Amino acid sequence: MNDLARSQNQETFVLNLGPQHPATHGVLRVKLTMDGEYVVHAEPVLGYVHRMHEKMGENRTWAQFMPNTARLDYLGALSYNHGYVKVVEQAMGIEVPERAEYLRVITVELNRIASHLLWYGAFVLDLGGFTPLLYAFDDREHVLDLLESVTGSRLTFCYFRFGGLYNDVDDNFVGGARAFIKRLRRRLPDYHNLVTKNIILIKRLKDVGVLSAEMCRKYGATGPVLRGSGVDYDVRRNEPYSVYPELDFEVPVYGEGDSMARYMVRMDEIEQCMRIVEQALDKLPEGPVVAEKVPKILKPPPGDYYSAVEAARGTFGIRIVSDGTNTPYRMKLRSPTFSNLSLFGEASRGMLLPDALALMGSLDLVIPEIDR
Amino acid sequence: MLDELKNEFASLVPVPLIETDYRFKGYHLDVEVGPDQVVAAAELLDRRGFFLEAITGVDWLGKAPLSNQPEVEAGEAGEGGGAGKAEAATAPPTDKMEVVYDYNRTVGELCRVAVRCRLDRANPELPTVSRLIPGANWHERETHDFFGIIFSGHPDLSPLLLPEDADFHPLRKDFKA
Amino acid sequence: MILSEPWRLLVFVAGIIAFIALNAAYLVWLERKVAGHIQRRIGPKEVGPFGLLQPLADGIKLMSKQLLVPKGVDPLLFKVAPLLVLVPAVMSFVTIPFSEKLVARNIDIGLLMIFAFASVNVMGLLLGGWGSNNKYAVISAARAVSQNVAYEIPMLITVVTMIMLTHTMNLNEIVIQQAGGVWNWHIFANPLMPIAFLIFFICSLAETNRAPFDLGEAESELIAGFHTEYSGMGFGVFFMGEYANIIIGCGLATILFLGGWQCPFGILPGWWWFLAKVYFLIFCVMWIRWTYPRTTLWGLLNLSWKILIPFSLLILLLTGAMIKVWPLITGAS
Repeated sequence: MNDLARSQNQETFVLNLGPQHPATHGVLRVKLTMDGEYVVHAEPVLGYVHRMHEKMGENRTWAQFMPNTARLDYLGALSYNHGYVKVVEQAMGIEVPERAEYLRVITVELNRIASHLLWYGAFVLDLGGFTPLLYAFDDREHVLDLLESVTGSRLTFCYFRFGGLYNDVDDNFVGGARAFIKRLRRRLPDYHNLVTKNIILIKRLKDVGVLSAEMCRKYGATGPVLRGSGVDYDVRRNEPYSVYPELDFEVPVYGEGDSMARYMVRMDEIEQCMRIVEQALDKLPEGPVVAEKVPKILKPPPGDYYSAVEAARGTFGIRIVSDGTNTPYRMKLRSPTFSNLSLFGEASRGMLLPDALALMGSLDLVIPEIDR
Repeated sequence: MLDELKNEFASLVPVPLIETDYRFKGYHLDVEVGPDQVVAAAELLDRRGFFLEAITGVDWLGKAPLSNQPEVEAGEAGEGGGAGKAEAATAPPTDKMEVVYDYNRTVGELCRVAVRCRLDRANPELPTVSRLIPGANWHERETHDFFGIIFSGHPDLSPLLLPEDADFHPLRKDFKA
Repeated sequence: MILSEPWRLLVFVAGIIAFIALNAAYLVWLERKVAGHIQRRIGPKEVGPFGLLQPLADGIKLMSKQLLVPKGVDPLLFKVAPLLVLVPAVMSFVTIPFSEKLVARNIDIGLLMIFAFASVNVMGLLLGGWGSNNKYAVISAARAVSQNVAYEIPMLITVVTMIMLTHTMNLNEIVIQQAGGVWNWHIFANPLMPIAFLIFFICSLAETNRAPFDLGEAESELIAGFHTEYSGMGFGVFFMGEYANIIIGCGLATILFLGGWQCPFGILPGWWWFLAKVYFLIFCVMWIRWTYPRTTLWGLLNLSWKILIPFSLLILLLTGAMIKVWPLITGAS
């Protein structure tokens, strides 16, 4: 579109986008070198909400680290809960009761719906449409009410325990979840009519910010970003964990690699999440929600362990190193948006400012998770 | 597929690479390479369609690094752990720093590979893989932030997550806030 | 009239300023209410009944705030810019006929004068953006200028078409021509006119920097665009200017196409009908704003140069042909 080699010789200026900027959703700062409205070079500057969770992990017991996991990606906190309990259970060889696994899947998927809904609203807000945000918040509120009734919190959930859950759900939750899904099924067509089919939105997103599958691989991008580039990869299916193998769901994949594809992946994922929750509610077995033989003081056998789950934004990987004591020796949190954002510098080169911001929005960034 | 990969690695690394129990460890292949083979290993995996999931460090101050050398496979239900490594490392255990690369792939059979590299803690330096895998850039910067491990040839090792004037490395075990 | 000429004009100008100030305040309230209901909320409700005193509270807040002049700005341009947006808008009102008698100055080139003043408006945005010494503001000013230039062309072509039909630039006369019922409105004058109306309306959206063409203050890209650095009443005056321009845009559309103060049923005085039509159009403007996402600058310019300008030219041509050729044919037959 424009000749970059030429523009590099021209006069450029540095635009400091953030750390307080409406489009960066938090405290991300991007140093943009601009040629007029074209981005010549973009350099994200991180660390404004860096809290060193990994060091905190080394200073508290395995169980005490649980709440920290919810403070990474606060929009999809349950996936992070899940990743953490999963790796510790894996190391300790703890068997989780089936009911607990089903409830984990149900709550994680509800949380994923909430996260995608918020992204949907915020993304369209980035594109200048204000109204869908409030529609999405309206629906998200129902999910949060549901999750609040079982987990006790609305955002930074700390619901999972090693070997199970904090508490069981009641009939109200099951009925509420069904009612919510029925409601969202009715509302999703509105979303599509209002936004997806809007000519302005299509023009803003189609062929904007095309990420090739190879580029995603080189940067380690995962989640909807990768699936929007035509790579059929989802940890829930490729590396089955919990009770996902027993549930029937599809992994939406769009090959175009543009912002529209990433948009569509997430919108379709909401539908798949609803399918998963429905099936899981149908199959929900009776029984305990906490494994019986979980030691009070956890001491995973020495060694290192890796585990990954599919969070709302991609693969959340967690590597723990245990030296056999009751505190982790090392805890590495691999957050998906860290990798997803790392490709922004290359991908945004030569783009117009509004398009670059559309690309950034379509990456679905949650800054505390990047900075950890 | 796993066997092919093992064969390719066999030409690269001196120590036997280990097929770990995925259900227990969460990864399939554990490869220990020297600092000079990090790039070669990355190249090999990159060629085979792997992507880099994360790079991280472990500081083994005053400890023998835990290892997955044969003991683990033999006694995965039991102890596992460090005893075996001492033999391989021989002599007085000098303090080590470890860098772990987690590779994974999106196509074909699931295969997670952990490539680890042990460095002398006094002089932790190894070549960067960011030329080959651009996504490694930030991971290496982060590892440098936290551990002070130097990735030679890296375009920019300035602090990524820490304040821009940070001269400390908080995840080193001797770091005191 | 009871009042002699200079006094009458003064009273009218005072009235116009009051009208603009009141409208700016209450259009904000309306905007928030409309937005609220579109978004399934109820909007402001705490201050006064239905939140009706909210604009008052906002006004007091804005006025009590310090008028901050940041370091490094051009103080003169920075202070003048908001006025350059507001004053032309006030001047434009002088020729707008609220009813047959209710017009400050009924001049023969009223239409021309409004467009002359409307072009000054963009100077305000440009100087405000430039004087702020803020990169976002400069980008926004550049956008606003290119946008205004691009959209003034189709708008003026449409207006020229209109003048060909009406043979006058006197706004009151244009309205008088549309007397006698809905079908006499210029929008139904011939089959091309609804399209011309649409073009005019879209252009006035773009001219007033309203969504989906609010590129000048695209908040998710440029924070607040040209008024990023403004605080207190500096910002307030920009805001008043924006709403005044919306009223003028909708008012012109009403006068040119929708019969101005002509009432279709012969009940209620003319100014009532004029305001009703204007507010309906303003409601549509708000409706659009809260429904659509923002276009990009490229999309915006493409729309103007590739669609609106050719179409408006075509309408101009066809209208000309209709005026000149049609009588020949009918006269011949």
